[in-house]
Amino acid sequence: MTTPLNSPAQRWLDTPLLSVEHLTMRFGGIVAVDDLSFQVGRGDITALIGPNGAGKTTVFNCLTGFYKPSEGRIVMRHGPGPHDAALAAAHSGGLRHSKDGDSGVFLLERMPDFEIPRQAGVARTFQNIRLFGGMTVLENLLVAQHNGLMVASGYTLGGILGLPGYRRAEKKAIDRAVYWLEQTALLDRADDPAGDLSYGAQRRLEIARAMCTGPKLLCLDEPAAGLNPRESAELNRLIRTIRDEHGTSVLLIEHDMGVVMEISDHVVVLDYGVKIADGSAETVRNDPKVIAAYLGVEDEAEAEDIVEGVAS
Amino acid sequence: MATASNIRPGPTRAASLEQGAFVWSVALADAAKAAALAGILGFFFIGMKTDIAGDGLVLSYRWAALGHAVLIVFLGRLLLDALLGKAAPVTTQMLTAGIFIAGIAGIMTQDATGGSLPARALVGAVLGGLIVAVLYGVALWRRRPAPARAEATRQARFAIPIGIALVLLALTLPFLITTFLPGQQRQFIDLAILILTYVMLGWGLNIVVGLAGLLDLGYVAFYAVGAYSFALLSTCFPFIGFWSALPLAGMLAGMWGLVLGFPVLRLRGDYLAIVTLAFGEIIRVVLLNWVDFTNGPNGISGVPKPTFFGLEFSRGEGGFADFFGLEFSTIHRFIYLYYIILALAFLTNFVTLRLRKLPIGRAWEALREDEIACRALGINTTNTKLTAFGIGAMFGGLAGAFFATRQGFVSPESFTFMESAIILAIVVLGGLGSQMGVVIAATVMIGGIEMLRHISFVGQIFPGVDPVQYRMIIFGLAMVAIMIWKPRGFISRRNPSAVLKERKSIGADLVSQGEGH
Amino acid sequence: MEYFIQQLINGLTLGSIYGLIAIGYTMVYGIIGMINFAHGDVFMIGSFIALTAFLLLTSLFGPAFLPVVLVLVLIITMLFCVAWGWSIEKIAYRPLRGSFRLAPLITAIGISIVLQNFVQISQGARVKPLPPQIQGGVTLMEGATGVVQLSWMHMIIIATTVVLMTGFSLLISRTSLGRAQRACEQDRKMAALLGIDVDRTISLTFVMGAALAAVAGFMFLLRYGVIDFYIGFLAGIKAFTAAVLGGIGSLPGAMLGGLLIGLIETFWSGYFPIEYKDVATFSILVVLLIFLPSGLLGKPEVEKV
Ligand SMILES: Nc1ncnc2c1ncn2[C@@H]1O[C@H](COP(=O)(O)OP(=O)(O)OP(=O)(O)O)[C@@H](O)[C@H]1O
Ligand SMILES: [Mg+2]
Repeated sequence: MTTPLNSPAQRWLDTPLLSVEHLTMRFGGIVAVDDLSFQVGRGDITALIGPNGAGKTTVFNCLTGFYKPSEGRIVMRHGPGPHDAALAAAHSGGLRHSKDGDSGVFLLERMPDFEIPRQAGVARTFQNIRLFGGMTVLENLLVAQHNGLMVASGYTLGGILGLPGYRRAEKKAIDRAVYWLEQTALLDRADDPAGDLSYGAQRRLEIARAMCTGPKLLCLDEPAAGLNPRESAELNRLIRTIRDEHGTSVLLIEHDMGVVMEISDHVVVLDYGVKIADGSAETVRNDPKVIAAYLGVEDEAEAEDIVEGVAS
Repeated sequence: MATASNIRPGPTRAASLEQGAFVWSVALADAAKAAALAGILGFFFIGMKTDIAGDGLVLSYRWAALGHAVLIVFLGRLLLDALLGKAAPVTTQMLTAGIFIAGIAGIMTQDATGGSLPARALVGAVLGGLIVAVLYGVALWRRRPAPARAEATRQARFAIPIGIALVLLALTLPFLITTFLPGQQRQFIDLAILILTYVMLGWGLNIVVGLAGLLDLGYVAFYAVGAYSFALLSTCFPFIGFWSALPLAGMLAGMWGLVLGFPVLRLRGDYLAIVTLAFGEIIRVVLLNWVDFTNGPNGISGVPKPTFFGLEFSRGEGGFADFFGLEFSTIHRFIYLYYIILALAFLTNFVTLRLRKLPIGRAWEALREDEIACRALGINTTNTKLTAFGIGAMFGGLAGAFFATRQGFVSPESFTFMESAIILAIVVLGGLGSQMGVVIAATVMIGGIEMLRHISFVGQIFPGVDPVQYRMIIFGLAMVAIMIWKPRGFISRRNPSAVLKERKSIGADLVSQGEGH
Repeated sequence: MEYFIQQLINGLTLGSIYGLIAIGYTMVYGIIGMINFAHGDVFMIGSFIALTAFLLLTSLFGPAFLPVVLVLVLIITMLFCVAWGWSIEKIAYRPLRGSFRLAPLITAIGISIVLQNFVQISQGARVKPLPPQIQGGVTLMEGATGVVQLSWMHMIIIATTVVLMTGFSLLISRTSLGRAQRACEQDRKMAALLGIDVDRTISLTFVMGAALAAVAGFMFLLRYGVIDFYIGFLAGIKAFTAAVLGGIGSLPGAMLGGLLIGLIETFWSGYFPIEYKDVATFSILVVLLIFLPSGLLGKPEVEKV
């Protein structure tokens, strides 16, 4: 299923940040994800696409520890290089992760969900937005910085006593929140309850909140769903900024092909839990299987016709 | 997940009654229906009574009482229709109010008038007319257009001055009482202590239910653990002294909170509620039956009273009054107790307000809003819940220790589920998460109910029943009425814990009530 | 051995009563997701109505017509209890339909307080004893260690429960009311859009729960012969425990949970210190919920992300 190795920038093969290996997720009789393997390149914007019910969200849930995969391995790597030795040691040693300064490997399928953002640096948003609706926009972004602030508050004791260290940390946290509010054009809504924001603003806030955890990999589940074209264009810019200025790689699920084709470096296509294509946006766009899957066409020849129709 | 939490509160009873005008025939039919229902419901309970006589039961009949009850329901329903249906003209409202009062007065004066119907009707009419005239005046006065201001800004604007005024009031209350109500000082200070105890318990439970959104129906367990720890510590090891036993009791209760909390906190919503309820009952039954340790149903008596830097509140040499050259009075001890519970309550409030602005407090509230999102942000939800449980339990334990020293006696009877229910009711009626709400609810519910001791007319419905017994019925009815009137409690707006530019309080319809559904 | 079987019979009888109450909890929870804390007190109300109605009818008819009187008492108890159930729903829960989650819980607790104190005031706080009305039975076994008695009372209780349960299952699975109920359980808004009278369906759910609680109250009175205003609390908690144990929302689960709680309680009382029987029941509940959070027959809750 691999695309020819000679295409120019296949970062996902050279320096993978995340590799999903033989991931299978079964719910009772349903096989939502079936022996799926793919890689996310460091610094790439990777799109995970597929028709409704293909198992995309399930992949995210496995990545972020909400589901324990039935089979397979999910490896997150910090620091350049494949870390093969560390990985093998961690894997056979039954470890969840092995860290060495700034670099490390993380076996996500072994880690509890709350450790994944904290240790492995994987943050996510949800398909059906999950904000803290009764808290203000600013509070949402402060909650995202919980772990750092917790340490700064001396696990609450120092904070109760009002030690200055916590004040400084909180100031910094607010600065960071303000930075992301500026990036997402939400600064003037900072003191409004998140539940009051418009749909598009809520989607942006969820991204800002995820970014406040300082992730290495940002997983976005249908970020453009329900956005109007202008908002959608702004979203593209935001995703690019995240990648270009913060070195955060992005893995996104998206149905809007306009968005996918415009910003992705790498596209993985799922259908019924199985990977049917994997490559650059260009290769995937012209893959007849993909088109067949999307349009529900049985016959590949017929799909070819449609491709031509789309192309012209 | 995405069901009930997204459904906005529907129209409440009051709102639905507002639609449509008041029509006498409809209202009368309504009232007749309600009265008929009251007749059915009361048939076996008010109309008849079973009594033990000899070795069996005998039945006696009280048709007059049933008639009174039906009449009250009829008139009450009419009044309710007229008052809640905004379209009713003031004259109608006043008329129904007058009839209602006349009816009650007629029933009340049953004995005074020797049961003569015309006399009762006359008394009723006069009384009803008088009271309604006063009400009418008030209504006219209130009709004057008041400047409309949004509730939100009103609440926000007065919060700080009211808070300061309340603190000042609380600090000086014993002296106000001894100055202005010297005859009943003991009674009123006792009541103030009782209310403050519930305020403290409410604040403690507010951390668990209001902030973290964990429904705890067994909070009284920690109150009991605190009370028994204190009682046992201070009776078995008298050298420990009040001020060391108090924090120890709090810590023990907190530890119990962690121990009980750990296995159950992964449970969701209502399952958590029932398991906490079970724990509360288990602890009570164990206290009741582990006679060697707790002295069983007889409880532990002789729990030492608190001392003031080693001074006892006793008559004669070396007592508090003697040391300060005051004339001995038992009220000193009550005033001292008052200040202890006030200090404990302030401590609870201070810590809670601080915690709300710390990451742990924000994590609690975030947990209440959306647990899954919390986990996706790297928050260890089990630990977060545990801290809420433990800290809430600790404050419950401190209140329990205070209870033990105030009573000088503890027994399992004080720690029934009803106690948990009352504390929870205070938190919910006050408005989840609101500290001021707890104060209001505790004052209204506990204080108001104590005041009802002195209202005697209800005693006329069932001859020979002490009116004090009606308190709990009224308590229960008040719980129902307040919830229907204000489903989010007295203070329903949430104050943000961090502000960038402008502090805006958040409406209750956006704030979640915790996990489940 | 004889002792064991006798305890088994006693346990099943007690369990039937818990099960009947538990159905009321489970149905209400299923349809509006609310713990109806006042349900135990409806059971208590039922037992009081049964007692008073029994005294009233025996004073009218004399003791000769005992079976007729008992049947009449059962019917009267159910009817009046239904009126109570309906009124409680109308006053305390309907105005809060679709409101915040905790509001109906608090009104339920309020109603529970009201009912207990109302009965205490109107009927007195003292325990009401009723001498056993149905005596005798068949001796199943006689051994060295004792006898096993299956009294008429046991049989009546178990038979009534079986009949009611069967009728009830049919009602839920076959009639349009049952269908409406299940529709409301799934999605109340959608059901309303499809023309189901949601308020009426919910009302009927309460009414059915109250009718079953009335039967339980009636049988409790006949079997144990002592009632007071406080019996509803413990019975209510145990029945709720039963509902949770069986998997809340599931009717067979409620019955199964009720039987289990009844058995646990009687066996514990038979073999261990009786004072701790409630501790045993609740501890088992806690342990079960921790390891099997959706109860025995409940649908496992999927955490949808
Ligand atoms: N917790 C679960 N239990 C049972 N089945 C599940 C669960 N989660 C997902 N599934 C099933 O797995 C399949 C894939 O679902 P998934 O949500 O991953 O699809 P998706 O690709 O995200 O679709 P969409 O584009 O509609 O969001 C579906 O058939 C779904 O019903
Ligand atoms: Mg999806």
